Amino acid sequence: MTKHLLSLLVEDKPGLLTRVAGLFARRGYNIQSLAVGTSEIEGLSRITVVVAVEGHPLEQITKQLNKLVNVVKIVELEEENSISRDHMMVKVKTEANNRSQVLEAVNLFRARVVDVVSDSVVIEVTGDSAKCQAFLRVLEPFGIKELVQSGAIAIGRGSKSMSDRIK
Amino acid sequence: MTETMTGAQAVVRSLEELGITDIFGLPGGAILPTYDPLMDSGKIRHVLVRHEQGAGHAAEGYASATGKLGVCIATSGPGATNLVTPIADAHMDSVPLLAITGQVNSHAIGTDAFQEADIVGITMPITKHSFLVTNAQEIPAVISAAVELATSGRPGPVLVDITKDAQNQKIEFSWPPKRDILPGYKPVTHPHGRQVEAAAELILNSEKPMLYVGGGVIRAEAHKELARLAEITGAPVTTTLMARGAFPDTHQQHLGMPGMHGTVPAVTGLQKADLLITLGARFDDRVTGEVSSFAPGAKVIHVDIDPAEIGKVRHADVPIVGDAKVVIAMLNAELEKRLAGEKPDYSAWWQFIDGLKTRYPLGYEEQKEGILAPQWVIKRIGEMTGTEGVFAAGVGQHQMWSAQFIDYDRPNSWLNSGGAGTMGYSVPAAMGAKVGEPDRDVWAIDGDGCFQMTNQELATCVINNIPIKVAIINNSSLGMVRQWQTLFYNSRYSNTDLHTGTDTQMVPDFVKLADSYGCLSIRATNEKEAEEAIKLALETNDRPVVIDFIVGRDAMVWPMVPAGVSNDAVQYARDARPVWEGDE
Repeated sequence: MTKHLLSLLVEDKPGLLTRVAGLFARRGYNIQSLAVGTSEIEGLSRITVVVAVEGHPLEQITKQLNKLVNVVKIVELEEENSISRDHMMVKVKTEANNRSQVLEAVNLFRARVVDVVSDSVVIEVTGDSAKCQAFLRVLEPFGIKELVQSGAIAIGRGSKSMSDRIK
Repeated sequence: MTETMTGAQAVVRSLEELGITDIFGLPGGAILPTYDPLMDSGKIRHVLVRHEQGAGHAAEGYASATGKLGVCIATSGPGATNLVTPIADAHMDSVPLLAITGQVNSHAIGTDAFQEADIVGITMPITKHSFLVTNAQEIPAVISAAVELATSGRPGPVLVDITKDAQNQKIEFSWPPKRDILPGYKPVTHPHGRQVEAAAELILNSEKPMLYVGGGVIRAEAHKELARLAEITGAPVTTTLMARGAFPDTHQQHLGMPGMHGTVPAVTGLQKADLLITLGARFDDRVTGEVSSFAPGAKVIHVDIDPAEIGKVRHADVPIVGDAKVVIAMLNAELEKRLAGEKPDYSAWWQFIDGLKTRYPLGYEEQKEGILAPQWVIKRIGEMTGTEGVFAAGVGQHQMWSAQFIDYDRPNSWLNSGGAGTMGYSVPAAMGAKVGEPDRDVWAIDGDGCFQMTNQELATCVINNIPIKVAIINNSSLGMVRQWQTLFYNSRYSNTDLHTGTDTQMVPDFVKLADSYGCLSIRATNEKEAEEAIKLALETNDRPVVIDFIVGRDAMVWPMVPAGVSNDAVQYARDARPVWEGDE
C-alpha cells in the first residue's frame, strides 16, 4: 500500500465534498485524511487528500476526479518537493508527579499547552505526520483522554503556485 | 433587451432557444409551474408518458436514433427517482440526456417535505454533472451549461433539479445568458500529432491488426472516417454491442461482434491479434472475458475522448485522447502519406481469419418441427424491414440475437441498453426513436419479460400517434437467465417461468393486452404466420403494431464465452469448442 498526497483546486459549490468523497468510495479508494478550506482565488476551494492506494493505480482516481466538472485542477505533491502539516489537539491525563514530564515532551516537540486543569492538559501540536505520530507515542503512557486531528494540508515548495495559469 | 418572466417560463424559453423540439415527461406538484408555459410552447412537443422511466428511456432512444440531445422531465420525489434507471443507463452508454426535475420549495428542502427526495445526491454517481437551482436568475445559464455538458466531450446524462419557488420567481430573461464558463471542464478533442504518428507506425509494423470499434465511433459520428481507415489498412473489423452499425455488417472485412456472444472469428481474431486499434471502446468485461488472458499477444492503440478510459482495464501502448472523428481522420492522412498508394500486406492473417469465417459462421439450431426459432424471426424482421429501419432491443437473449442476426448498415439504427443491461428499455426507447425519426420503421424487439416492465408506453404511442412496431419474442420465460440455469445450474429453473406462451396460462395474453391499448395485435406461431405478420406490420403506419411471436424456449445464444473465463474458451455451440489450425 502506498500513500499519496493530492491537492485539488475545486469550485466552491454545494455538494462538492460529497462528489469528491463519493468518487473515492465508489472507485474503491481509501481516503486517509482530507482537509478543505478556501484558496487564494475567490470561489475556489483547496482540498488536500491523503489516499492509500492498493491494487489500483493512482492515475485512475486522478483521471476520474478530473472528470468532475467542479474540479479545476489536481496535482500530486511529492514529499521531496512539498511541505505537509497535520494539526492535532490532545487531552492528556496528568497528575502532580508526572506533569513536568508531560511538559518536557511538549517542549521537545515544540508543541503548546492550551488548557490546564488539575488532572489533565490540552496540548496542540503542528508538524508533519511523522512528528505528530511520534509525539502521540510519547504521550501514550500518560493516558490520552481525547484526540482530534485535522487532515494533512500541503503546499509545493518554490515560487510556483497551484493556481498559476488559472484565471 | 430583457423580458420579465417566471423561472418556469425561463425553463421553457431556454430549451426553445437551445433548439429543443421534443420532451418526454409527466407532471406533478413540484414541476407544475413549468408545465403551464410548456402548454403554450409552439416549438416544443411534449409527449406525456405513463411512467417516468418511460420518459427517460424515450429520451435515450430519441438521442440514440438522432444523435441529438434527449430531454425528459419529471416532478420531485418518486417522479425523479423513477428517472434513476434511465439516467444510470445513459451514463453507462454515454447517451446525451438532459433530465429536468421539480424540487420542493427551497425553504422546505431538508425537512422531509411531501415528495421530497435528494435527487441531486441520489444521481451524483450516475450523472456527468447535476445542478440544484434555487434561484430563478440562474435558470437560463444552468440549462445552457447542462446542454453543453450533456452533448460535448464524452456525452452523458445531466440533471437539473429546480425548486418550485425558483420556477415561480420572476426574473429578467435575456439570451444568450451570461454564464460562468465551466472552469473545470475542458474536453480534449484534438489529439497529439505525435501520438497519431506513433499509431500509424504500429499499424504499419503489425502483421495481425484488428480494428476494435466501440460505441464512441457512433457518438462521434466517425463512421465515414472508420470506413476509410478500414479501406486504407485492409484490417479486419469487429464492432462491439454498442457499435453495431458503425461499420456495414455486409462488408467482407467485418467479422461481427466480439465478446461473450461474439462471433468465433471476432473473438478469436482479438485473441490472436498482434495489434488492437481500439476506437471509442472501453475493454468492457463482456468483451474481454478474463482480462489477464485477453488478446495476450497484442499491442494496444487506444483512442478515446475520455482519458479515464485509457489504461483503466488494459495498458495502452499508444494512448490517444481525442474525438474519434478527428483522430481517425488524422490517422488516415498519416497512413495515406506513409503508404503512398500501397496497401499493407496482411494476407497470412486474413488466411487464418477467413478459415474461421468459413468454419464458424454465425448460425443457429432449428427448433423442432412446427416451433418458431427466435433467431429466424429476428433475422426475417431485419431482412424484411431493411437497413433504413431502427431496431431497439430489450435485454437478454432477444437482444443478443438482434445484435447477431440483423445486418446493420448505418450508425444509430441499433439501439440497446449495453452497459447497464436495463430490461424494459425497448418499448419506450423505440417510442423516442420514432418521435425523432418519424419516417423510419422503428421496431422494438422485446422479450416477454422485458415487455412486461414498460409496455404501458403503448398507451402513449397510441394516443400520440407514434406508430412503433413491437416484436415480442415470447419464449414464456426470462430466457437468458434460463439459459444460464440450463448451462450452469443443472437445468434447475428457479423463478424464470413467466407463463406467457402457448400451453401455459398466458398471463397476460399479449394480443388482448395490445388490443386493449388500441394497437394492431397479431399472434404468430409458425413461419407462415410470422412472415404475414411482419409484412402487415410494415404496411401499418396508422397505429402501433404488436406481434406476439411464440417461439421455442430452449433456443440458446451461441457462440458463448462463459463469464469470467478466457476468451480462448469460446464455445461455438454447446460443448463445441472451435478447433484452431495453423499456429496452435
